[in-house]
Amino acid sequence: MEIMGLPLIYYGAMILKVLLAFVFVLLTVAYATYAERKIIGHMQVRIGPNRTGPMGLLQPIADGIKLFFKEEIIPAQASKFAFVLAPLVALIPAFISFAVIPFGDTFEIAGYKVPLQIAAYADQAGKVFDLNIGVLYILAMASLGVYGIVLAGWSSNSKYSLLGGLRASAQMISYELAAGLAIVCVFMVSESLSLQQIVSDQGGLFGWYIFRTPFTFVAGIIFFICSLAEINRTPFDLPEAETELVSGFCTEYSSMKYAMFFMAEYANMVTVCAVTTTLFLGGWHGPLPPVLNFIAKVYILMFVCMWVRATYPRYRYDQLMKLGWKVFLPTTLFLIVGNAFWITLFQK
Amino acid sequence: MAQKETMTVNMGPQHPSTHGVLRLVIELDGEIIDKITPHIGYLHRGIEKLSEHRTYHQALPLTDRMDYLAPMSNNLGYVLAVEKLLGVEVPERAKTVRVITAELTRLKSHLVWLACHALDIGAMTVFLYCFREREKVMEIYEKLSGARMTSNYYRVGGLSADVYAGFEKDVQEIIDTFPGFFDTYEGLLTKNTIWLQRTVGNGVISAEDAIDAGITGPALRGSGVDWDLRRDNPYSGYEKYSFKVPVGEKCDTFDRYKVRLVEMREAVKIISQALNDLKPGPVLADLPQVCYPPKENVYNSIEGLIHHFKIASEGFAAPEGEVYQGVENPKGELGYYLVSDGSNKPYRMRVRPPSFVNLSAIEKMAKGSMIADLVAVIGTLDIVLGEIDR
Repeated sequence: MEIMGLPLIYYGAMILKVLLAFVFVLLTVAYATYAERKIIGHMQVRIGPNRTGPMGLLQPIADGIKLFFKEEIIPAQASKFAFVLAPLVALIPAFISFAVIPFGDTFEIAGYKVPLQIAAYADQAGKVFDLNIGVLYILAMASLGVYGIVLAGWSSNSKYSLLGGLRASAQMISYELAAGLAIVCVFMVSESLSLQQIVSDQGGLFGWYIFRTPFTFVAGIIFFICSLAEINRTPFDLPEAETELVSGFCTEYSSMKYAMFFMAEYANMVTVCAVTTTLFLGGWHGPLPPVLNFIAKVYILMFVCMWVRATYPRYRYDQLMKLGWKVFLPTTLFLIVGNAFWITLFQK
Repeated sequence: MAQKETMTVNMGPQHPSTHGVLRLVIELDGEIIDKITPHIGYLHRGIEKLSEHRTYHQALPLTDRMDYLAPMSNNLGYVLAVEKLLGVEVPERAKTVRVITAELTRLKSHLVWLACHALDIGAMTVFLYCFREREKVMEIYEKLSGARMTSNYYRVGGLSADVYAGFEKDVQEIIDTFPGFFDTYEGLLTKNTIWLQRTVGNGVISAEDAIDAGITGPALRGSGVDWDLRRDNPYSGYEKYSFKVPVGEKCDTFDRYKVRLVEMREAVKIISQALNDLKPGPVLADLPQVCYPPKENVYNSIEGLIHHFKIASEGFAAPEGEVYQGVENPKGELGYYLVSDGSNKPYRMRVRPPSFVNLSAIEKMAKGSMIADLVAVIGTLDIVLGEIDR
């Protein structure tokens, strides 16, 4: 039986691929919380969770169950619709960005190629098609996520939440620009916006875009820092700065709504690390089987995120804006110009 | 015409970074602070009034509940005031042990300050490192007095007991290891760009303003005023030890941070000198009217038991008069003003709490800055609410 000239088993493989990728992200999100607590715990001469299950491995599940059974509190003064909507708006973009990321090479089923990228297919000749503006899609989804936080801060009708929401919006706007410009350096080398093509161009030891030119090297670092700022990780965790704003935008949230923000934060971390891997660190290329390469690189980057959190204090609101507008933005503009000269002079 | 509207935010008494139960009502213009009004009294236990109904010895345990992060320093000020009132001379060994324990207390208090200050600014790891080191001081506390925080170790005329066997070894370990730990903290903070950006130029208060507000301790020295009671009005034998008094220049949070860090290093040096100075001898003055009898007398002779009972229940009468004794506590000058009417209880005990006076400068230091700066200022003032409210 065939649908649109393709066997049914092909569709089955496509669905299985989507499911596996989604489960992988969900599991990583759950266990990133555990890993963060363990890693930071050991960095801070603590043990971390070790009571629930062997080595505390069931901790994320216990946390999930606990949050699920907590009372849902919606403040009387809150704008109810926006209050309920906000966690969804934060969580969904965090997950769907993953749709365009190629996490492995293609595999063959019934004579057809199946690319390991959710939003991609191969035609009968084996040519892989994916979203040809994948990078733009990621940028769009990343900026959607901020609406969740702003909405949460505004709809809670609490002063601390409002300040948290304000900080989040200001922060994301300032860093998106620099992150976007840093990616331009990648386009100049790849000459494509398709992530599939960006990854396939990065084979070989020094094929990774971060090693292509000195300018992409700096751009890669700036992109990663901007990403940290965009997903509100330390040292840019101002919107929820515990010691200043109690919990920032999610002060009034409880139960599963809080859990959704929590998941969104970690899902964003996975996505951002995956995007950095794809754009700068060669995607699934490397010595191991392709999927494992990809996972290893993402996990190493996530470890760096946690490491940074254990080491650095928090920026102040205005200092963070200054860093974004006065340091990163001019630097990335310079990088684009420099990169253009470099490519024309040495690589053409 | 554009109208400016401010937002009133209630910060505390259950806010994570108000160090206990401080409550600040802040007027905010965006993130800029227009006005700060501290509301205190959530931890008021009436220690000054309570002590009027207790004998001089019974009032002593109340004092370590004031600045609960530096109990022995509080005890020291109180016993020195009572001794001054009575004219008691304390044996040399007791004095030296008092210096060692008071400086250990300074380390303990400053470690909590650094921990909380760093945590407020977001450096989580330093917090736990400091608490790890503080534990070592706490262990000595526990071995000395049986309590980790409310020590009540000193007595009028000396100490409640001589130090335990192995005390010298424990203290020597602190002398040997702590400077290395201080280097770790400096490595994590002093050279950290974000830490510098957050602390340099934050919470500036000029020397004149600091003196006008009555600020004392490291907060005053951070503003460049060279004033330390241990050196300028020595007590308990501090004149015998040589130590530097660090002074800041830029009057900001970073300078106060540096001052406290140097102070911790100097405290280690004082402890080391005092430990070398520790000679065997009695730890309680030979004054039966005032001091408790030795424990073997209490357990083995009826006279000793009666003596103990009399001191414990009735206490001793202090001559009529009034004294003031200030000591350099980790947080500033802690002063005890005692008025005696000739009975066995203080007629009036007035405490000059450093945290309370230092807190009064908060508006001057944080006005016009951002909320994040206010948190840093609360940290750098190093306040303890137990002492502010008493």
